[in-house]
Amino acid sequence: MGNQLVVYALLICIGFVYLYPMLYMISTSFMSRDDLLDTSVKWLPSSLYMQNFIDAAKSMNFWSAFGKGILIAGLPTICNVFIDMVIGYGFARYDFKGKKLMMGLLIFSYILPSQVTMIPTYVLFNKVGIQGTLLTFILPALFGNGLNAPIFILIFYQFFRQIPKVLMEAAAIDGAGHFRAFFKIAIPSAIPAIVTVVLFSFVWYWNESYLTELYVQGLATKSNWVNLVVQLKNFDASFETRASVGDTATSLNESVRMAATTLTILPLLIMYLILQKQFVESIDRAGITGE
Amino acid sequence: MSKEKKLKKPKIKQGRLEAREARVGYLFVLPWIIGVLAFLIYPLGQSFYYMWYNIRITPLQTKFIWVGTGNFTQIWLENPEFPKQLVTYIWQTIVEVPVIVVFALIIAMMLNGKIKCKAFFRLIFFLPVIIVSGPVMNMLVSEGASSIPAMNTQAVVNAMDSFLPYSVATSIGELFSNMIMILWYSGVQILIFLSALQKVDPSLYEAAKMDGGSGWECFWKITLPTIKNFILLNAVYTVIFLSGNEQNELINMIESAMFSGTKEKGYGYASAMAWMYAVIVTLIVLLFFLLLGSKKDVYDRMVIKRRRALKKEERLVKRIERRGERNVRKLERARKSHKYKTYDGNGDY
Repeated sequence: MGNQLVVYALLICIGFVYLYPMLYMISTSFMSRDDLLDTSVKWLPSSLYMQNFIDAAKSMNFWSAFGKGILIAGLPTICNVFIDMVIGYGFARYDFKGKKLMMGLLIFSYILPSQVTMIPTYVLFNKVGIQGTLLTFILPALFGNGLNAPIFILIFYQFFRQIPKVLMEAAAIDGAGHFRAFFKIAIPSAIPAIVTVVLFSFVWYWNESYLTELYVQGLATKSNWVNLVVQLKNFDASFETRASVGDTATSLNESVRMAATTLTILPLLIMYLILQKQFVESIDRAGITGE
Repeated sequence: MSKEKKLKKPKIKQGRLEAREARVGYLFVLPWIIGVLAFLIYPLGQSFYYMWYNIRITPLQTKFIWVGTGNFTQIWLENPEFPKQLVTYIWQTIVEVPVIVVFALIIAMMLNGKIKCKAFFRLIFFLPVIIVSGPVMNMLVSEGASSIPAMNTQAVVNAMDSFLPYSVATSIGELFSNMIMILWYSGVQILIFLSALQKVDPSLYEAAKMDGGSGWECFWKITLPTIKNFILLNAVYTVIFLSGNEQNELINMIESAMFSGTKEKGYGYASAMAWMYAVIVTLIVLLFFLLLGSKKDVYDRMVIKRRRALKKEERLVKRIERRGERNVRKLERARKSHKYKTYDGNGDY
């Protein structure tokens, strides 16, 4: 019994440490400037001060960035899931020459930091003329090289290997071709893996600021394809310019910055609370740990 | 690919069905092959080419000026920031990865026990995976939300500075001052460990308990060997995560070098940086592979040894056969040319 108590105590303590930055962020984001200066106000703001959020949302261009963020994360995710499923199935189901080499290359492409390939890819996109459009994310995803695609291919690979070969042979005897077997047997049985990949792919694309800024927004072209994370990255500058025009009610302080951060993670947070079960059980069901 | 198969065909006669299956297999992975050629092999070659050049982009054309190893010497000799950051990165990764993996393992073991509200705790520990992104982390770190105010890290650094090299001491100090952020990186790892732990056969523990094994012994003798591969998996995942994370100064330096309009920097300079960075990351991954990679157990080693011995024997037999044939031929030739006579079995020479 004493053992159990220790475990609970530890879990609660660590859980609190985990949540500490979030709690700090949320409580600070509601503080007005007076609260910030008042040393007696530590955690609970004296009133629910919403002006921070309004100011932050305005200077982040919240709704536009939110909508574009969904597109930036959503469309490549769809490509990613479908193509990675096809590739994973190909690796898992068929034997062909050079498969081992290809799998090695797959893992290598995961280990390799994207910075090495970033510059020529940027030049390539520029040459083709798709810099600053969403195609810079969709195109690699269409060819199985999207963000973290090796992980997803491996997830599907593991998953499809667990489908008994007998099942496929039975389908073949009943007259199902290769593609029919894929669409009618493999895809329906892979729903758990699909859910996992969709969730992770979406979250990772949503949170990607480095490559989004480089390719989709285009550091040189500065198109208006911007998601919330990139807006947050440039928040200080954009807020200052608006403040200098006198467009804001407050000056830049930590409350506004925390409000902007809260706004950035809010959509994912809501999604997480709704789909919590799918998220938490995803790794279990996707069979990453399967042999 | 098809060319390769045409060449191979006469050599090994594949069954027709197998050949067709292989063709369909190629068809399935074809998008990936194209993708790798276009987005991995080609850029890799290009950036390898770039790094020996100074690339100047003028409105009219892009000028390539051969500088050889000039970019490298410039980075190492004239830009003190990059080597410094590289060393910091190496130490930080080597210090942080074990911390993250061990922490994830401890949490996973606690969650794996019989406790109430398991779902709730999992919810909390997985939460950071959703939120962690470069800008959000930067904001939280810059507002001081990432460290527990009660922890005095300077004392730790000072204490360690006396007997450790400076860069090691600071990276350990960094570890303490950013404790929460580092713990935040362990969400996925916790889940991977958790599902690995659930696959350990409980009857093993029962058997061990019967034989009087303590919990401590069970952990070292049963749990750890079973989940060994996942420790490696998590370590590699953590290294990759830390290397692509925007908290990492190096990747920001590469980006800013890429777009700095100065004469000596630019694409070539940034490529050289990126290549050095990639080599370092790969080396760190290799290091963890060597440290944690599954050492073969006694049985496996015996099998390999035996197989090697068998092969050696086979080779020996073949060699003896060949030598025998050669000798026979030699003898035949000698006999035909009547150089010397051998006994032909009929009584005369």
